[in-house]
Amino acid sequence: MIDLSIRRRIGDLDLDVAFRADVRTLALFGDSGAGKTSVLNAIAGLVKPREGRIALDERVLFDSAAGIDVPVAERRIGYVFQDGRLFPHLDVRANLVYGARSGAHIGFEGVVALLELAPLLERQPSTLSGGERQRVAIGRALLAEPHALLLDEPMTGLHAEARRQVLDHLRRLRNELGVFTVLVSHHASEVAALADEVVLLDGGRVAGQRTRAEFEAIAAAAVPYAQP
Amino acid sequence: MTAWLSPADWSALALSLRVACFSVVVSLPFALALAWLLSRKRFAGRTLVEALLFLPLILPPVVTGYALLAILGRNAPLGHALAEIGIVFAFRWTGAVVAAAVMGFPLLVLSIRVAFDNVDRRLEAAAETLGARAWRRFRTIVLPLSLRGIVAGCVLAFARSFGEFGATISFVSNIPGETRTLPIAIYELLSVPGGMDGVRHLSIVALLVALAAAASATVIAGGVARRDGDD
Repeated sequence: MIDLSIRRRIGDLDLDVAFRADVRTLALFGDSGAGKTSVLNAIAGLVKPREGRIALDERVLFDSAAGIDVPVAERRIGYVFQDGRLFPHLDVRANLVYGARSGAHIGFEGVVALLELAPLLERQPSTLSGGERQRVAIGRALLAEPHALLLDEPMTGLHAEARRQVLDHLRRLRNELGVFTVLVSHHASEVAALADEVVLLDGGRVAGQRTRAEFEAIAAAAVPYAQP
Repeated sequence: MTAWLSPADWSALALSLRVACFSVVVSLPFALALAWLLSRKRFAGRTLVEALLFLPLILPPVVTGYALLAILGRNAPLGHALAEIGIVFAFRWTGAVVAAAVMGFPLLVLSIRVAFDNVDRRLEAAAETLGARAWRRFRTIVLPLSLRGIVAGCVLAFARSFGEFGATISFVSNIPGETRTLPIAIYELLSVPGGMDGVRHLSIVALLVALAAAASATVIAGGVARRDGDD
């Protein structure tokens, strides 16, 4: 469960977002500049809200009133960035184990099997395709045994086949691991495929919160938030 | 037939190599720390620190040598206090290391700082989300990704130290076998009748050492580039 209420000005964006959700996969959906990534950064601790509160289950990560601000390294948030951000000087295996914890949900072999990474283990990140890079980034985040997984536009920039592959892996992840996940996307099809609930963001504000069925209906009617 | 290099020349060459190596090794940890501070932190007195850092590049080396003598000489308060516990720099080869380190320090710091500035901060943020605290991020991300700049800085500092003359002769003088480095030996030979052969030979040696240092830097940088997939 996530309980979030944050306020902060970031560049031209006046972020004022509050929502609460008790689902396995939550999506933040909206146009570019809506504040989706800023919300993820706040959950991970990479951006500090001016005021507000962020709690995952009963664990308070940030509370300006109580003076709580858990350091990024202690938040146990697995963050899959839009560009993967693999460490270029480490091979895939070393990237995967960088933040690994011994008690990870499914362990190294499990992650390698789930994401089909075995053929990639000895390769350098610079030799990977976009889809392979994202799968490694997802595996790396999972091995850190996160309390929550943040996926920031994980399929942006991928060609159709790579998108399909990553989407399939994310579906398996959702079904087999059950890690609470926040997905950021501006593609309705990705959101509909993965999310249990959707928070609609517009100009740094929450424009609505929908179940997957409601969101699919909106998307099908091709009204504001439906994009191919 | 006389030997190409005399025993005194060999001694000067060995001393110069030792001084240059030690000066880089001794100053590297300080250079890494200062470069990181200048690259990552905003603090009061930063401009003053940067100005002081540049001083050895701007001051005549003889003045830097005199300043070292004034600070670390046996009659200076600090030099006297250090001598009490058995640490003496003036007129010792260790003093030549200090002089060389001071002269090479700005080049070392500037190279490393540029390398630190060029490390993608977003990678550090990714490491942080994976549980890496500051020291681990520095050790596993910043340091390896800055390796080319660090190597370049070490080579520059080594070359500067190997060729150091003014500050060394002012601070530790010209004592054969102790402080008579290769540049000082060349300078001395220039003023000795019939010394030109020795000058020529030592100059060729200096050229070979410089070429070897530059070549090894290129090889190391190439290896790092291949590792990072930059080529």
